[in-house]
Amino acid sequence: MSYDLSIIFEKFPIFIPAAIETLKIAAAAILVGVIFGLIIAFGRLSKIKIIYYISTLYVTIIRGTPIILQLFIVYFGLANIVRLDPYPSAIIAFGAHNAAYIAEIFRGSILSIDKGQMEAARSIGMSRFLAMRRVILPQAFKRAVPNLGNQFIIAIKDSSLASTIAVRELLLKSQQLGSSNFRFMEYLLLAGIYYLIITGVLSFFVNKLERHLAVNER
Amino acid sequence: MVTVVKRSDKIMIRVTNINKSFGDNKVLHDVNLTVYEGEVVVVIGPSGSGKSTLLRCINFLEINESGQVYFEDKLIVHKENVINQMRQNVGMVFQHFYLFPHMTVLENIIEGPIQVKGIKKKEAVAFAEELLDKVGLLDKKDFYPALLSGGQKQRVAIARSLAMRPKLIMFDEPTSALDPELVGDVLSVMKNLAKEGMTMLVVTHEMGFAKEVADRIIFMDEGKIVEEGKPDSFFLNPENPRVKEFLSCII
Repeated sequence: MSYDLSIIFEKFPIFIPAAIETLKIAAAAILVGVIFGLIIAFGRLSKIKIIYYISTLYVTIIRGTPIILQLFIVYFGLANIVRLDPYPSAIIAFGAHNAAYIAEIFRGSILSIDKGQMEAARSIGMSRFLAMRRVILPQAFKRAVPNLGNQFIIAIKDSSLASTIAVRELLLKSQQLGSSNFRFMEYLLLAGIYYLIITGVLSFFVNKLERHLAVNER
Repeated sequence: MVTVVKRSDKIMIRVTNINKSFGDNKVLHDVNLTVYEGEVVVVIGPSGSGKSTLLRCINFLEINESGQVYFEDKLIVHKENVINQMRQNVGMVFQHFYLFPHMTVLENIIEGPIQVKGIKKKEAVAFAEELLDKVGLLDKKDFYPALLSGGQKQRVAIARSLAMRPKLIMFDEPTSALDPELVGDVLSVMKNLAKEGMTMLVVTHEMGFAKEVADRIIFMDEGKIVEEGKPDSFFLNPENPRVKEFLSCII
């Protein structure tokens, strides 16, 4: 049986629901990741020892184990305590995973801001919190954008792992259609094209944002 | 030896027996200093003598190991809200300016008044424009700091400090990071401030400025105040051999 690439064009529209699933999981994981990532980053920067140790332990565990293991722990491992559906399982696992990486991105960008900025802000009477919010974080966010963009792209690709717990996203869709008529290559390529489109559009906007933010820089 | 010149009897800032070390390196050694209202005190001395650390201990950017800081006769205890309150009254101008790069010149200046003092934006902008006019940079108000020269940045930093209506401004080597041709503009802004009666504590290597503007010169060496006096006597007849040596090197 030879490859029939025309299938890619013919079947292009029927992947749209699966692409939306992929986008939903990735977007939710990124949102959870950014919110908890920021909290964990502050934990990692905290002078309070116990908070520092807990957040450091969290990052060490998440970064030191495979994402698919984390997904299985949430979906299969926790099943005895709480039975989660595939969809929330994926969001929890991927969100928790991204939080660790995004925490390190934020931590790095906060540390990269000259300590004179904090001193200048404190010198006009700002509290540490106000100085962080008004002076440090706006600059740190800006510096975090390239790395965040990178992490978001990784999050989109990693969402394909949800296929292993039967979330009907792009990869699962292509496997199912492939096994129905053994045209695996065509459907896998089609899924690949969708991933490329999604990540391509995302990196286009990240680049645009980067250039926009660079306007005030030297 | 101690000749105190003061424009007022009111004490603005007083530090007593300040000690500070960085690791094994003792940077401040039982330093005592009083600055009166309206006085311009210039601190000079070789690098590493503790001049900047003294300034930084006064507004608690560095925490002293022992000793007291009094602002207007009130003991400043090491508590967040007490220090924040004091800092609103004690401006600080840094060698490297530290303007906020994500804000325009105007935004840099109104940030403190609006966020810290809760002043209305309209009022803050009006005062900021007045200050920018004073430092000769009103036409740059919508520029981002990256587009300014070092001298312009430092003048904006002075305006940012003035916007808080401080009772005292400390200058930590304000011209040391500037190209020589830009130093004059910054110094003339500082001279005008002195003329207007602002209380100033200035660490600098600009001896011309010290001679012309200072009411009192403090010479520091190895973490101690070695000599102090009126500019005339200080520069003409220094008593301490370390002062003589220092002055012969730089004049």
